[in-house]
Amino acid sequence: MSLNIHDLSAGQEIGSRTIEVTRTDLVKYAGASGDFNPIHWNEAFATSVELPGVIAHGMFTMGSAVQLVTDWAGDPAAVVDFQTRFTKPVLVADTTGTPEAGATIEVSGIIGKLDAEANTARVDLTVMAAGQKVLMKAQAVVRLS
Amino acid sequence: MTINPDLQGRSYPAAEVYDVGREKIREFARAVKAAHPAHFDVEAASALGHADLVAPPTFAIIIAQRADAQLIEDPEAGIDFSRVVHADQRFTHHRPILAGDRLVAELHVDGVRAMGGGAMITTRSEIFALGADDSREPVTTTTSSILVRGEGQ
Repeated sequence: MSLNIHDLSAGQEIGSRTIEVTRTDLVKYAGASGDFNPIHWNEAFATSVELPGVIAHGMFTMGSAVQLVTDWAGDPAAVVDFQTRFTKPVLVADTTGTPEAGATIEVSGIIGKLDAEANTARVDLTVMAAGQKVLMKAQAVVRLS
Repeated sequence: MTINPDLQGRSYPAAEVYDVGREKIREFARAVKAAHPAHFDVEAASALGHADLVAPPTFAIIIAQRADAQLIEDPEAGIDFSRVVHADQRFTHHRPILAGDRLVAELHVDGVRAMGGGAMITTRSEIFALGADDSREPVTTTTSSILVRGEGQ
């Protein structure tokens, strides 16, 4: 698939994605990324530092949200810039041993801006969990073909 | 505990080399629930014109956080890791990270700002791929801000 700037317009939706998260997912992300901060896997530790419970790594949320853009772009290498602010933590309930998710992250994206000179599209992501925006200014710049 | 304001402008030179392996790219992609075949299948990556598996867009966080650890663990910095909150993050890719890359990161402390009893610290990692002759090719620039919470924050 290739994206041509002439077929795109600002405000266009690129789709949406639902990401179910469990405590096991956070352990996997800790191992894959090397970020073993216990607030992401240990309830007692998380509450001892005044968090409401175990929270997802901000980088888990950021990293999983961008897949919507990667799939739309057709090539992960087309994502030349990606940024966000972390505004609210994603609280992940302990559902170990059940088929239930501990949290659900909803991602949707629209084209925020097209840059004809650079031949890029900026995708603005809306990332929600438990009815709150968990990322702000989540923007990915995609190089077009 | 107070953050050392003299940190601003400090740099930490490239330390250990990070060898990007195919299985690490696959493991990281699975961990962020990424299913694009270019992360898993060399032929699929090749069909898109890449020499090897392509890392997901946030893979560089592994290398950037290793570089950040030099600052966080620096006793002169005065940072209590248990009070650190990730505030923002950006990746600018000069070219994609591919399996087989040998990467190094230079860490720069771009900003230190007092906030309440704590501080906001902005760091930048310049990530380079080492060539056969030890040349350096710019690959990714990451910037990140961390909030070190003061007492009662």
